[in-house]
Amino acid sequence: MYSFEPTEEQQMLVEAVRKFAVKDLREAAREADEFGELPKPLIDKGWELGIVQSSIPEPYGGFGSRSAVTNVLAAEELAYGDLSATMAILAPGLFALPILIAGSEPQKQTLLPRFCAGGYVSATAALIEPRIDFDPNALTVKARDDGDGWVLDGEKCYVPFAAEAEHVLVYAALDGKTQGFVVNPGAPGLTIGEREKNMGLRALPTREITLSNCKVACADRLGGEGGHDFTPLLNASRVALGALAVGVSRAAYEYALTYAKERTAFGEAIAQRQSIAFMLAEMATEIEAARLMVWEAAWLLDQGRDATREAYLAHTTTSDVALMCADRAVQILGGHGYIRDHPVEMWLRNARGFPMFEGLAIV
Amino acid sequence: MIEFEMPQPIAQRRELLQQAAEGMMRAQARYYDEHEHETPWDYINLTWQAMQAMGGGSFRSSTAGGKEDKPDRPRIGNQMLIHTIEMLSWGDAGLYLCTPGSALGGAAIEAVGTPEQKEKFLKRFAGEAPTWACMAMTEPHAGSDTAAIRTRAVRDNDHWVLNGTKIFVTGGHKSLVDSNGFVVVWATIDPSAGRAGMRPFAVEAGTPGMTITKLEKKLGIRASDTAMIVFEDCRLPAENLLGSAEVVKDDKGQGFRGAMATFDATRPSVAASALGIARATVEFVKEMLAAQGLAIPYGVPRTKLTAVQRDVLDMEAQVHAAWLLTLKAAWLMDQKKPNTLEASMCKIKAGEVVTKVTQKGVELLGPLGYSRKLLVEKWMRDAKINDLFEGTGQINRLVVARRLLGYTSKELK
Repeated sequence: MYSFEPTEEQQMLVEAVRKFAVKDLREAAREADEFGELPKPLIDKGWELGIVQSSIPEPYGGFGSRSAVTNVLAAEELAYGDLSATMAILAPGLFALPILIAGSEPQKQTLLPRFCAGGYVSATAALIEPRIDFDPNALTVKARDDGDGWVLDGEKCYVPFAAEAEHVLVYAALDGKTQGFVVNPGAPGLTIGEREKNMGLRALPTREITLSNCKVACADRLGGEGGHDFTPLLNASRVALGALAVGVSRAAYEYALTYAKERTAFGEAIAQRQSIAFMLAEMATEIEAARLMVWEAAWLLDQGRDATREAYLAHTTTSDVALMCADRAVQILGGHGYIRDHPVEMWLRNARGFPMFEGLAIV
Repeated sequence: MIEFEMPQPIAQRRELLQQAAEGMMRAQARYYDEHEHETPWDYINLTWQAMQAMGGGSFRSSTAGGKEDKPDRPRIGNQMLIHTIEMLSWGDAGLYLCTPGSALGGAAIEAVGTPEQKEKFLKRFAGEAPTWACMAMTEPHAGSDTAAIRTRAVRDNDHWVLNGTKIFVTGGHKSLVDSNGFVVVWATIDPSAGRAGMRPFAVEAGTPGMTITKLEKKLGIRASDTAMIVFEDCRLPAENLLGSAEVVKDDKGQGFRGAMATFDATRPSVAASALGIARATVEFVKEMLAAQGLAIPYGVPRTKLTAVQRDVLDMEAQVHAAWLLTLKAAWLMDQKKPNTLEASMCKIKAGEVVTKVTQKGVELLGPLGYSRKLLVEKWMRDAKINDLFEGTGQINRLVVARRLLGYTSKELK
């Protein structure tokens, strides 16, 4: 059957996350962006919503099972509040979820319970590489077999919390296939670079890391000796980014709509002009369509079916929609949209990154 | 629970229709495009038989398992309908529009008719002969501005007397000449009352005073007839008025709401038809490119794609996005939930998508795309109607914007 109605449980989660996003994340977003720092209590409070933990089943210390659909519903709401903080709150999932989805049994038993012990545990993943033709399926960071383990070489960038993380899941090409490796940030051969300065996501601490003859134990290949299939992980990342992009789109659209009803020009609200009203109608239409693409791709993930096409199309479409909505929000606010008193310029900076945020979120 | 599994009965229906669409509709599409105003009886008789076999009247079915509403089964009638329309329009949109049945006229009666009126007008769709109904709203001087229509209905004892001219009546000839059908005509019973005075009247084929004076020649959907109908002292029994004869001046257009309720039901159908054409185009373009050795990959970063690959992927994504909106609008109807917003949204999106996708399709195939040897140029011509009829893209943007902003038609003109 077709159904477009979240379960009651999902609706309750959405309500709780929305409240947090509107009250806490939105309030803190501007200052976090200006100073490049997220307040620790904010991240802790976000972590307590239990989004990552509830994906982890009981045998590994958690209290649920992974539902990509539930996770995209929550992710959209978080991103509606603030994208940097959302990525920070969900960052431990960059490590934990791939372990859950593709890890070996010993890896799950050893690594997952830590995430369910209570407080926020900093962990991360390194996928993106600093080059214009970056392709997650054709990495330049290479892994080679040196007889009693793996050796990693190359450069990564946009690694959230690289300096704080207990574990990094480093993706590298092994025989032309992308494979994950569990690396300790203190490992010899791993150098953590300076904090990156980017156009958007300014509050999220990301760094480059350099791997030079970095040794990884045999058992620390994701999935164990036989490795894993990277496709479900990439698909889950694209679906997650889709949900975040919808959240940012909706934030921009709603802000612009409220502004357009309040702002008057030529004796009436600017929203009473078709040039503004039609932009808003199109934004709402695109957001609704984009959201359904994300839901469908997430549903496919939950069914254990191949979601490559849907996840890819959802990611590209939502990226376009987010950019369009953020840009139009700036346009509708006019000169005020360009001023940092309003959040829309920040959303435009954040939205522009979605096509390249691959690997920065996962559901 | 959020789900995207196609119900089994819909999957079966699609499989069946695929054969007819491929075998018959695609084969006849060009002929009826080049022989405008000929009635495609092969298609009509085939679909009529199929519909009678399914229980008569239309391709709609109310539940997953049968014709009747059964409380223990989820309702999927409207979802079934849009899937059917999408599939038939994938075959050929012009022929699809010739599908016999109650169509827009029937939808108006479903929306505002009494049980007696439903019995009187809708029973004919269960008969032997293919039968149509249609709706007449537009007049030569008034299209989107429906409140400005001038066709006048005057009460004369037990009758209403109609005078006026209607144009752009889809299927007018089939309803009134090719079959014993009817047309639902919008007229004013009180010109001073504006929208509040507007009422739909059902006028049966053969009613004296009603004449088809012209069949339009069109850019596309040429298999489908588009009629001009003139009413000259056309007398109707009083019971052919759909809705109340009483005009309440400040009711903000109750009669007009009947028309709007009709559109809530039919806009997703227009969107579905648009998306059938759009899917046909994307599939065909991909086949042609594949024959040239150009595959369209999923999952490669956009920066590594060629311009053609990127265009095709965007086309595919847009068609799918519009389809999911349409599906949701139909699902809401099956859930008996309001869908005015979603119905207009999917119409906006699908009308725009099919226009762009088919125009791009012609471009991507170069000299072949422009040739009448292939159907792509025809699909481009057929496509455009979906951004025009049942509310232009702009009118639907007004509908959506007013809802979102909470504005009346006076506050947002």
